Formats: sequence, C-alpha cells, structure tokens
Amino acid sequence: MDQRAPNLLDEALGLVDEEKTKPWPLSSRVVLLEDRVETSGAFVLHHLLKRALSPHSSNDVVVFLAFSQPFSHYDRVLRKLGCNLTAQRENNRFFFLDLLMSEFPDGDEGNKDGLVALYGKIEKVVTTSFQENKKCITIVIDDFSLMEVAANGSTNYVLDFLRYCRTLTSAFGCSLVVLNHEDIYSSIERPALILQMEYLADILIKAEPLATGLATDVHGQLTVLNKEIRDEQGSSRNKICNFHFRVKENGVEYFYPGSKT
Amino acid sequence: MDSKAWTLIKLINCRPDVHNHWPGVAGSREPPLKSESTASTLSTKSLLTITYTPGLKYGPNGTIFISSGIPDLDKILGGGFPLGSLVMVMEDAEAPHHMLLLRNFMSQGLVHKQPLLYASPSKDPKGFLGTLPTPGASKDDKSRDHDPENENGLRIAWQYKKYFGENQHHFDSNRDVKHEYCHDFDLRKPLEKHFISGQHIDCVSILDSPNLAALRDRCATFLAQFPRNDSSISSAGRISIQSFCAPQCKYSNMEWDMLSFIRSLRSVIRSSNAVAVVTFPPSLLSPSFSRRWQHMADTLLSVRAIPDEDKEMAKLLTGYQDMVGLLNVHKVAHINTQVPVILDATTFSIKLQKRRFLVLESLNQAPIDSSSGTSYGTSASCSGSSKSGTLDF
Repeated sequence: MDQRAPNLLDEALGLVDEEKTKPWPLSSRVVLLEDRVETSGAFVLHHLLKRALSPHSSNDVVVFLAFSQPFSHYDRVLRKLGCNLTAQRENNRFFFLDLLMSEFPDGDEGNKDGLVALYGKIEKVVTTSFQENKKCITIVIDDFSLMEVAANGSTNYVLDFLRYCRTLTSAFGCSLVVLNHEDIYSSIERPALILQMEYLADILIKAEPLATGLATDVHGQLTVLNKEIRDEQGSSRNKICNFHFRVKENGVEYFYPGSKT
Repeated sequence: MDSKAWTLIKLINCRPDVHNHWPGVAGSREPPLKSESTASTLSTKSLLTITYTPGLKYGPNGTIFISSGIPDLDKILGGGFPLGSLVMVMEDAEAPHHMLLLRNFMSQGLVHKQPLLYASPSKDPKGFLGTLPTPGASKDDKSRDHDPENENGLRIAWQYKKYFGENQHHFDSNRDVKHEYCHDFDLRKPLEKHFISGQHIDCVSILDSPNLAALRDRCATFLAQFPRNDSSISSAGRISIQSFCAPQCKYSNMEWDMLSFIRSLRSVIRSSNAVAVVTFPPSLLSPSFSRRWQHMADTLLSVRAIPDEDKEMAKLLTGYQDMVGLLNVHKVAHINTQVPVILDATTFSIKLQKRRFLVLESLNQAPIDSSSGTSYGTSASCSGSSKSGTLDF
C-alpha cells in the first residue's frame, strides 16, 4: 500500500497536498479526537504522528505528552506504519514526555512537577524549535481524561493548561491534538469539560462504533467536522465527513459506508 | 506458491520482530523497515510460540501471556492475559461469579509458582486461600471437545476461510504443552497445601484503610520484583484485587482517589511482567466514573447472574438449566498494536461441567417451536449496543 496515497481521513483534514506548497494544514489549529470504550480512536493519533513526522517535511517537530502508554508501545505501532520513533527522538524531532506516573495536584504552583512546569517545558521546546526554523510543531496529548485523573479531578486546572497550550497555536503556529473519551462525559448532567473542549477545537474527529455493533470487516465509523475551512472562493464553511474504517497493523482502510470491497 | 508459505518466507527475511520472539537474544532492534516494500499481507501471527517456562506463552507483537486459569477464557482472549496489562471484571452485585474467575486466576498462579498479591475487603484475606481450587485430573476424564483441530476436518466454503484461523494457530502448535500452561481446576477440591505454603503470597485487607496509599505502596513493592526489560523473563507476578469499590471500605466514597490508584497501578504494571485483575461492582459507581474505570482496563469482562427460573430464557437457550451465569467480554487487550480484537461472540454462558470444572460456552439458540409461532425479535437482537439488554448475542 502506497503510504503517500491520500485517504479519506487525509482529505477530510485537508492533508492531501503532498508538494508542500501550502504550509502544514493543521498549523494553528486545535484537533479534538473523541472515542469510546467500544471503539478506540488511538489509530488516528498514530496516523497524525506518522504524517507529522514524514520524511518529506524535515522541519516538523512533535511534542508528545503520554499519559496512556509507554514509549515502547508507540514505537512498535509506528514502526509497523513505517515511522521510526526512536530515530526521530534521537534527531530531536520527536519529544516524548512520559507522564504515566506523574501527578499534578492542584494548588501546587511552585511545584516543579506540576502542570505549570509541564507547560513551561512544552513552551521551551516550542520556542527553541521555532528559533531553529522548525516551524511546524505539533503537540499531542494522549489522553486528556488521564490528565484529569492526574490532576485529581480539578477540571479548571486542566482546562487552564489546555488554554495555555492553545495560546501556543496562535503565537507559534503549532497544532494541538488532544484525545479524550466522549462517553465519560455523556452520562453526566452538565458535561462542561467536553463542551468546552469541543468549542475550543477547530477540527473534531469522533470515532464511534457502528450502530449495528462490532464487526470484523468494519471496525467503526469516523465523523470529521472541520470548522471554517477556506474553499477556493475564499469563503469559509464547515465541512462534515463521515466514513467507515478498518484498522490493520500497517495502516487503516477508510471507505464510505457500503463501499468496502 | 501458496500464500501462507510466501508470507512465511517474507517474515523470515524481512521482519526484525521475529527476533523478539527468542528471549535472551541480546541485541538492539534492526533498522526500520522500508514501509513501501512491506506487503500489507504480512501478518503478525506468531510463528514461534515457544514456552521456556511452563507458565508463560509467547504471542505476537512481543506480548507474553499468562493463563487466566480457565482454558476456555484463554482461548477466547487469544492466549490468556498479556503481561503488563490490567484486567477489570465488572461484578454483578447479586451474584458472586466474579469469585470464580478470581479463584481460578489465583490458583493458576500458585500452581505455576508465580508470586501473588491478593487484596480484599474482608478482615482476613488469608482465609480465602483455603477456597482456591486444585488442578483437576488428567484430560482424559473430560468428555468435552473444543478441539479446533476437529474443525479443520470440516469443508469450509472458500469465501469464509478468511474469518477463521485468527486464534486457532495459538493452540495448534501448543497442544502438547497446553496442559502445563493452563490447568482445569476442580472447584470441589481445595488447593493442596504445598502450593500455598512457602509461596510468595501477600494478602492485604483493604477494609480498614482510610486511603489507598498503603495499598499503592504494597503494589509498587510487589511489582518491583518483576521489572520489564529486554532480557529474558524469569518470573511473572499476579495481583488480584477483589471488589475494589466495595462500600464497606473507608475509601469507597473517594472517587478520584480510587481512580488515581487504578491509574498508578496501570502505569506501573505497564513496565512490569505482571498482570492485575481487579473486580468491582459498577452499580456502586456513578456512570461517568464507571466509564473512566472501563477505559483504564486493557481487558474488560463482566459477569452476570442468571435467574433461577426464567421460562423465557429457558425457551431461548439450550442447556439453560446448567448455566450458572453469563460472561461478557467487552474489551480484549491489544498491547503494542493498534488493531482491535473483535470476537465472533462476546457473551458466553458460565457452566460447571460435572459440577466441578468451569467452562464457558457460546450461547446457542434453542430450536424454534414451530407450533407456537412466536418471534424471537425482541430478545435475540444482534445489536451490539452498550446498554445491556437481557441477552446480547
């Protein structure tokens, strides 16, 4: 399978242009990825990682905040997709922050291990990379619900952190990709956190199971809402795409419902 | 050339991952593959399922399995519980079926001499060890035959062949060592004393702890014995925590603390050669927190009781009288891979064969009674909705 062949997800995100005549389409944008227990959205993260670290763009940097899995997991998964994270880490293109064991209790502003300090670290990487002329920086958070647990449930604290990271997107043109689990919030009365995140996001990607349940041929459906994309006439509009997917070891197949051959 | 043989040759020539199946082989990883040349049909099926230690089985993507203690469950999960994973079992508040899973899990570890940490909300957790089952007699006693090799004798229409074979290969090559990897436990006989004494068994009561700091420390100390690194693995550890959010425990209303504990357990276990099984009653948690717990699990199971006299269900299912409960598999661990594990069936009946051995069977619909003319539309729906219906096939 040709890894450069555009697929439905790339088209929905506007990542199709391969000659890099335009800047990285996700620059200055916030991408919110939502998934559920039945259907995991991690494969979208892997895909975006691979695109961000592709060899064609030599000035891209990825800062990865890992709350969910250790480095070895991502390394193995991305290796099968054709991306060597170990080498990218050594080349200072991939910054992996292992936060599996980190705790961020609220009220600890002076603490050098708190969220404030974490933001400081990210900002430092971003400003240094920017000065080295590596202009396309992607910050990835996997996943946000675990950051809430690390902060012992203080929603405001983690939302503030998110907003600070968002300032980096406007100041430095970074893109911010966050994974969160939608079904955690759908069952509470005032799901403030997820609504705020959906409001902040420029691109919303939802991974859900099919209405008819799980199947071996189709693993679920993706809905991509791309807010305010500029089309040829220069006017902005929202674009919604919905298609099915099937996850494999070395890639993902995307296809419109019913067209799987 | 046969496609299987072709895949085999490619695997041997190209895949650096093949080397990872040989433990103890020193060396760093090979340089990355040129992804364009990698055929999309390269499977990650394990060619070499070698067991150097009886309690361990090597699977694809560098995972190592330990047995759950229930042969059928190992088969359903594709080998067992992978080391480094967290298994969560959602209890039914009205039935103790989760104890069956826990007992078999713990006994299997003791039989394989794998150290065990057991935490429970009872005052004297050690007493529970007396209720652990012992490995049953030899396989010849059993009349059941879930032999996948028999199925190969069936003539399968060609277009359906691709749906088979995902899990079968694990067991075809392992039939002779299977009796060492997973035992059939006889629930009527207690575990022999020599398995319990002199073992590394740590029992913790979580009834009176005001917070979870003590348990967290005990788990961390226990797991420090099984660090995961690239060298060969000497032993695997098992943690079993029963009824984690039971209301009699003092910390049970500290929702974020419990969540934080599970997160830290999960994180430490990721870098250990151990498996933790945590059971909890989801009805005692708010729906939002229950979902958070479910997301943390790598393997998620739930057990449900079957009412004793349910005429509706007796009409729908064969063998209803023998069923003790239902087991649902919600999530199967897939570490080091992005491919989800989709099972053919997710609901199984828990039965006691000869009143001694735990078996899991897929549900079979009873023959339709043609005279009554009732439709099975309501109960036998194929919908895989997350809300639980009476039966989800």
